[in-house]
This record gives sequence, structure tokens and C-alpha cells, in this order.
Amino acid sequence: MTQTVGPTSEPEAESATAQKDNATAGALGTGTSDVRTLLSRNLRTSGIYIAFVVVVALFAILTGGTSLSPGNITNIVLQYSYILILAIGMVIVIIAGHIDLSVGSVVAVTGAVSAVLVIRHDQPWWVGVLAALAVGLAIGAWHGFWVAYVGIPAFIVTLAGMLLFRGLTLQVLNNISLSPFTPEYGKIASGFSNGLLGGNGYDAFTLLIFGVAVVVYAFSQFRTRQARVRYNQQVPSFPLFVAQIVVVAAVVMAFAWQLATARGLPYVLVILAVLILVYGVVTKRTVFGRQVYAIGGNLAAATLSGVKVKVVNFWIFVNMGFLAAVAGVVFSSRSNGAQPSAGNSFELDAIAAAFIGGAAVTGGVGTVVGAMVGGLLVGVMSNGMQLMGVDQSIQSMVKGLVLLLAVAFDVYNKRRAGSGR
Amino acid sequence: MSDPILEMRSITKTFPGVKALQDVTLSVERGEVHAICGENGAGKSTLMKVLSGVYPAGDYEGEIVFEGQVVSFGGIRDSEHAGIVIIHQELALVPYLSIAENIFLGSEKRGKFGLIDWNLANAEADKLLKSVGLDENPTTPVGQLGVGKQQLVEIAKALSKDVKLLILDEPTAALNDTDSAHLLGLIRGLRDQGITSIIISHKLNEIDAIADHTTIIRDGQTVETLDMADESVTVDRIIRGMVGRALDSYYPERESHPGEEVMRVEGWTVKHPTQDRLVVDHASFDVRAGEVVGIAGLMGAGRTELAMSIFGRSYGTFVEGRLFMHGKEVRARTVADAIDAGIAYATEDRKKYGLNLIDDIARNNSAAALDKLSTRGFVDANEETKAAEEGRRSMNIKAPTVKSIVGKLSGGNQQKVVLSKWLLTDPDVLILDEPTRGIDVGAKYEIYTIINKLVAAGKAVVVISSELPELLGICDRVYTLSAGRITGQLPVAEADQERLMTLMTQEKELVG
Repeated sequence: MTQTVGPTSEPEAESATAQKDNATAGALGTGTSDVRTLLSRNLRTSGIYIAFVVVVALFAILTGGTSLSPGNITNIVLQYSYILILAIGMVIVIIAGHIDLSVGSVVAVTGAVSAVLVIRHDQPWWVGVLAALAVGLAIGAWHGFWVAYVGIPAFIVTLAGMLLFRGLTLQVLNNISLSPFTPEYGKIASGFSNGLLGGNGYDAFTLLIFGVAVVVYAFSQFRTRQARVRYNQQVPSFPLFVAQIVVVAAVVMAFAWQLATARGLPYVLVILAVLILVYGVVTKRTVFGRQVYAIGGNLAAATLSGVKVKVVNFWIFVNMGFLAAVAGVVFSSRSNGAQPSAGNSFELDAIAAAFIGGAAVTGGVGTVVGAMVGGLLVGVMSNGMQLMGVDQSIQSMVKGLVLLLAVAFDVYNKRRAGSGR
Repeated sequence: MSDPILEMRSITKTFPGVKALQDVTLSVERGEVHAICGENGAGKSTLMKVLSGVYPAGDYEGEIVFEGQVVSFGGIRDSEHAGIVIIHQELALVPYLSIAENIFLGSEKRGKFGLIDWNLANAEADKLLKSVGLDENPTTPVGQLGVGKQQLVEIAKALSKDVKLLILDEPTAALNDTDSAHLLGLIRGLRDQGITSIIISHKLNEIDAIADHTTIIRDGQTVETLDMADESVTVDRIIRGMVGRALDSYYPERESHPGEEVMRVEGWTVKHPTQDRLVVDHASFDVRAGEVVGIAGLMGAGRTELAMSIFGRSYGTFVEGRLFMHGKEVRARTVADAIDAGIAYATEDRKKYGLNLIDDIARNNSAAALDKLSTRGFVDANEETKAAEEGRRSMNIKAPTVKSIVGKLSGGNQQKVVLSKWLLTDPDVLILDEPTRGIDVGAKYEIYTIINKLVAAGKAVVVISSELPELLGICDRVYTLSAGRITGQLPVAEADQERLMTLMTQEKELVG
């Protein structure tokens, strides 16, 4: 019993020694933190990933593997892409301590504007897209004005916006649905890059793109790690670092293989990947992103630190309007037309994705990647239940419970962390 | 000396990885005022949480004997039922409810059909208010009262619960001298009625004046219990027990070499944000490089309002006034302008206005200086960490890493993060509003040392403080503020507490 219990027994002492280690460890730093500390330290953030893996595995078993089939994986991507796009904007709104209830209506009105131009007035597809984006930006500026400069709570402003823009959708469409779009427009959501490099039952181009992405990812992770070592910060041990890269690469390439053997690389996935990348950087690395967290964490302190709170709040809503318009374009393209009821309750799915992904109701906490995993978790679940032929009513109940449990888990974890000292 | 109302025996409380209390023993006599002293983080609050049931029985080791019986409280309700009431530093009153509603919140006076009998409640409240010497209508909303009066409402609320043991956590931290004196008088009055009090305070003079016994806690252990009737027990004696060493002096030595004028304010006038009255009335002052200037004033004199208004007009409606930096007039309409002009303002309420408590040290440290740590809108995370590490070293912030969450640090360490944050903006003038409020003696000394280093490096420092000895100890000059007006200016060599107090209470007419 006098043997050492392992390096994880005393977190504080460990991090102290870890720092000393680092000073001498050099570019390929040696054992500085192991799997167990990494996991326990990040339990709050890693909980959602564990839940995601469990849900994916559960439905793979329940559906006899169908849910992981190439065709179905492609389907999930296409079917939930617009919720994920909304969730990116929504998590930023929520981190800043606001909420946006209007995004469903904004999806409808932007899609409607685009449809009127492309279908009724025979304009080219890109005119419809640009018009939708412009409308989205204008609506975002409208919300931003009332929230940031007049000081009305976002809940009220966007509740009003939800009614206002649903009504506007009906006006624009004259209460009737418009369809079909031109084939070019339809490709935005249902198009695939396929056969560019030929293929023998799989699409080589898809694999190439993902291969390049994985290499870029590995390289950038390595550079980040080197920089951290240079600044004497704590990094995972080198074998652990390599293992992490290999696992990510394997999962991504497996996903790529499934896509490649189905219909190739969906355009929507490219749009989504670019958005996740850009907004991941915006929230994590830019001054703007930092100010969003600061406002949500402590508004008064942010103000007294020189953050231009009104300006930041304004742009948060302009950005949400923009992303709602992107989602509006993707959704109208996918449904091949514009309906008065389009986008109903999308706001709730986007909000649920953000909260399941670890965002805090009180603001100041949340990540884009978390919101994506939260959205996918709901997507995989809904899709799995559809495959199993579960009734709509049950699906709705399960979704509700998952949202409740996810936030409960978050609250529980926080309380445990809080009583730690 | 043998009728203890409360005995806590060998209390040990462990948090994961940390022993917060170890074998702590506390014995409180019936009908006495018992003070508990210790540096921040020594375990005073934890001990009181154990006593009041916030940490329920079973969560700690040891035994609590209250009125001769071993008790095990499962929560605050249990301890209140037994007659133990704790009044926290942050008051727990609902601002929109009336005094009477607050007093009987949770124990409403029921009449017929279980409905609340407001006549009875207001009458009872009136009696309770009289007993604490508060002349207010029980239907007045609590939010309309000042902090001092709110404190009295809290005590009235405790009395309504038939309290036997009253615990006051830093009761005078937010009070001015008059209110403090009244409160201490009240506690004495309660003692005469047989109510026992435990008082936790950093204001050792008050403890010296009021306590019968003082128990000192250091690093989670009981050091000693002093009998305050003993002539040899002085403030210095208590400090020695708290820090485990004698502080030769409360204030570090400094040689003063004021240089060029850095900031000058002329005729600064500010209106209350909602009411039609002047909060700051033609205030003028200046501060030089390498100089510490104090601003003394009673609560409500407009000290914080003056400072916040200068700092990018963060308070009230600006009426008129001119601000000069290095002799040139600047217009700082926003906080960002003020920071650019070289002004930094460290708030009196670091938790509410100073820090993002859910974020880590590094990000709080950089919050006001992101421009310096970023290129084209991108934050350099490595430089940010480096800056935080430097701050942690130079300020001696006690935390395992700069990724530690600020909300979990002690008050003194949080204050050091605030200072480090503002130093990162490289200001010419630092306005420090109550820089040592609610932090312990050792940390205070460290803060003073930091201030001295800053002025030695040529910075100008303005210190706002309620503690006159502090101003006399660290400043070169002191301005006095009364009802929004500067009523005087004294070099510290000519100042003493009486002279300052006279100026601080000077009426408008006399200044003329």
C-alpha cells in the first residue's frame, strides 16, 4: 500500500511538476499529462462526446447497422445541415447571454424571397441567394438595433420578430407555396461533387479532400503544440498527442469512406465545414469572440474593461440573421420550393443543439463544436428513431427528455466542480 | 466562564484534495460577543457554513454542541430552527419587497384561512424595527434603503426568528463609520438582552472595541482564543496571531518623489442617472507621476461616482468638466477612450464589476488589453498566457495555473488579478477604488507594496478608501469629498483622522 498510486492522485501537485517538466522537455515534450487527467479535467466538455458515441453505437445496434450505412450517413448530413448552420449562430447568441426565437421565421422569409425571385421572376440562382443573404443581414440588423441600442431583451425582440417575419413570409408568398426551383438552385442542398477523379465504386475526389483536411489538421495541431511548448505551457505527452491525431484521422476517414461509397461529397457538407471552421476560429481566437464570452460572463465587467457592448451585441444579431439566411437558402433548396410554414420550430432545434452541446443558460459558456455535436446527437437520434419506425409522438418526447437530461447533467457537473473548493 | 452556548469540537472538513478545516475547536460563552479572525482562506467561512448546516451533518468530522446538546443540522432551516441565524456579507434581501415582507419572508404571519395578515405583520415589523433603532415605515421597499439600513433589516429579520446565536459575516465591510458605530452599539444592546453573537471581521479596531473573546484561525486550524478583557491583547497582538508573525508596520515604507502632473480634473460635474440632483459638483483635483493621491469621503459622498464618471463617463449624466492628461485636454467619452488616454479604474466591487468569475485568470487578465495582445483582430493565445504568467509572478497571485477559474480564488488574489489586468493596459494613472476591501491583512500589505512599486516606476495612483488610516498610511496627499464637492486637500504630513473627518463632514454652506 505504500506504492505510488500513479501520477493522477494529486492534480495540483501534478500540474506544478508538469510545468517544470516542460521547461526541459523540448519540442517533443515527454509525459506531461496522461489520459486519465485529461479525461477527468475535461469531463464537463467531454461528456457530450461520450454521449454522442453512445447514441451512435446504440442506434447502430438497434437498427442492425442501417444507421451507419453510407446512404444514411449522407442523409443525416443533408437533413440536419440547416439546423447545424442555425446552431452556429445560436450558440454565439446564447454565449452572449441572449436568445433568438425568430430564426425559424427568418429561414422562411429568406427562402421565400429567394423563391419569388428565382421561380416567379426567372432570375438566376445566385440572385436568389444574394437577395436571401441581404434580407437575412437586414433582419439581423433590425434585431440588433432593438437589442443593442434600444435595450429591449432579445427574448422580446425576437419573439416579435418571429411573428413579424412569419407574417412577412405569408405576404411575400401570397399565402401559397412556390416550387419547383431551377436544378442549379436545387444543387446547393442536394448536389454532390462526384466523379471528378473517376471512381471504382467509390469517389476518389471525396477521399482526397478529406485526406488533405486530415493532414492540415494534424499539421496545425502539431504547430500549436510546438508553440505551447515554446511558451512553457502544459501539453499532452507526445504518444498521447499522436494517438489523439490518429483517432481523429481514423474517424474522419471512415466517415469519408462512407460518403465516397454513397453519392460523393455533398456541397452542403462543404458549406457546413467552412462555417464551422470560420466560426470556430472567430469564437476561440479573435478579439470579437473573446468579447462575446466576456459580455455573457459578466456584462458590467466587460463594459468597464472597454468592450463596446452595444457594437458587439449588434453584430452578434447581424451574424445570426446572416446564418439564418444561409440556412434559409439551404432549406429552400432542399425542399425545392418555399412554403409559408417553412422553418417552423427550427429555432427550438437550434437552441436545443446549443444547450445539449454545453452552452449555459446564464451565458458566458459554450462552443461552436459543442453545439455541432449537440445538433448531431439530436439528428442521429431522430434519424435512428425514424429508421426504426418509432412514432412521431414518441420521437418528440424522447427529444424533450434528452434536452432536459443534458442540461441537468451540465448543472450537476457544475455543482460538483463548484463544491470542489 | 463555564456556560458555553456553543462548542464545536475537532471539526475537520475536507474538500477533494484540500483540508479546509483541521481539528478546529471553538467555544462560545452564553451572552458574549465572540469574534473570529483570520486571513482570507483561513477557513472562517467554511467553519460558519459547517455550523449553520450549509455543509450538512456527515459532510464533516467532529461534533457540534449547541445549548448542551449534540446537534446535527441537515440544512440552514434546521440551524435556524435551533436559533442560529447567519447574516452574510452579501445581504439576502429582496429589493422590491417591503421591509415587513422581507422580515417575514419564509415565516409569514398567517391569519384566517391561512392568508397572510398584513396588519399583524406590519405591526410586528414596526416593533422589530424600533428594537434595532431603524426609523422606517415597514411598507417601504428595501431597495430604497441604504446598505447600513438594509443591514439593520437583516438583524430585525434575525430577531423575528427568536435568535439565540447571531452570526455576522463582515457586517461593517460596506458601512461608513456612523453606520458601523450604530451597528456595533446594536450588537452590544443585543448582548445585554442575552443574545450571543459571533462576528467575523477584518476591521480589528472594531473587534478590539466590541468582542469579549477572539478566536484566531490560521490555515484551517485554531491558533488561540484571546480574552479581550486582558490589557495585553491589542490589535497588534491579534495580527500577530493571524499572520503568524508580527507585522512591523501596516504600511510599507516609501520615499516620495512626485514628478510632473499626469492627470488634472477641473470642475467635474455629474448628475444622477435618474434623479435631478448633482452627485459630483465641480470637483477638481490633480495627481502627479510617482504620487499616491487619496480621496476620502463618507459613503454617498460621490467618490466612486466621480471616479467612474472620469473613466469614460461610466456613471450618471455628464454635465461639465475638463480632463487633462499630461497638460493636454482629452475627451474620454467611452471606457475605450479612457483606456487609450492612459487611465485605469479598478472597481470597488471586483465580483460584480471587475471580473468574469466563470473565466480563467489568463482571460480576465487580458480582458482590457486585448488590443495589445492581438494582431488584426486575432488574439495571440500564447502571448496572453505569457502576460498572465508574468502577472501571476509579479503580483504573487496564489493559484495552481493561470488557467484557474477566477471565481475560486480568495478575495486578495482576485484583487491581484484585477490589478494585473489593469497594469497590462499600461496606464499612466491608476484609480483604485477600495483596493483592500474585504481582503486580509497579509494581502493588504502586498497590495500596498504593489502600489509603491507602481509609483516608483513613475505611475500616478489615486486611491479611494473608507479607511482613513489606510489613506494616511499610503498617500502623499489626500482630498476630501463631501456631498459631491471637494472640501479640502491636505498633504499627508499635515493630516490626521480628525482633520480629515472634519472636512469630510463639512456642509456645503461652510465651503461656500
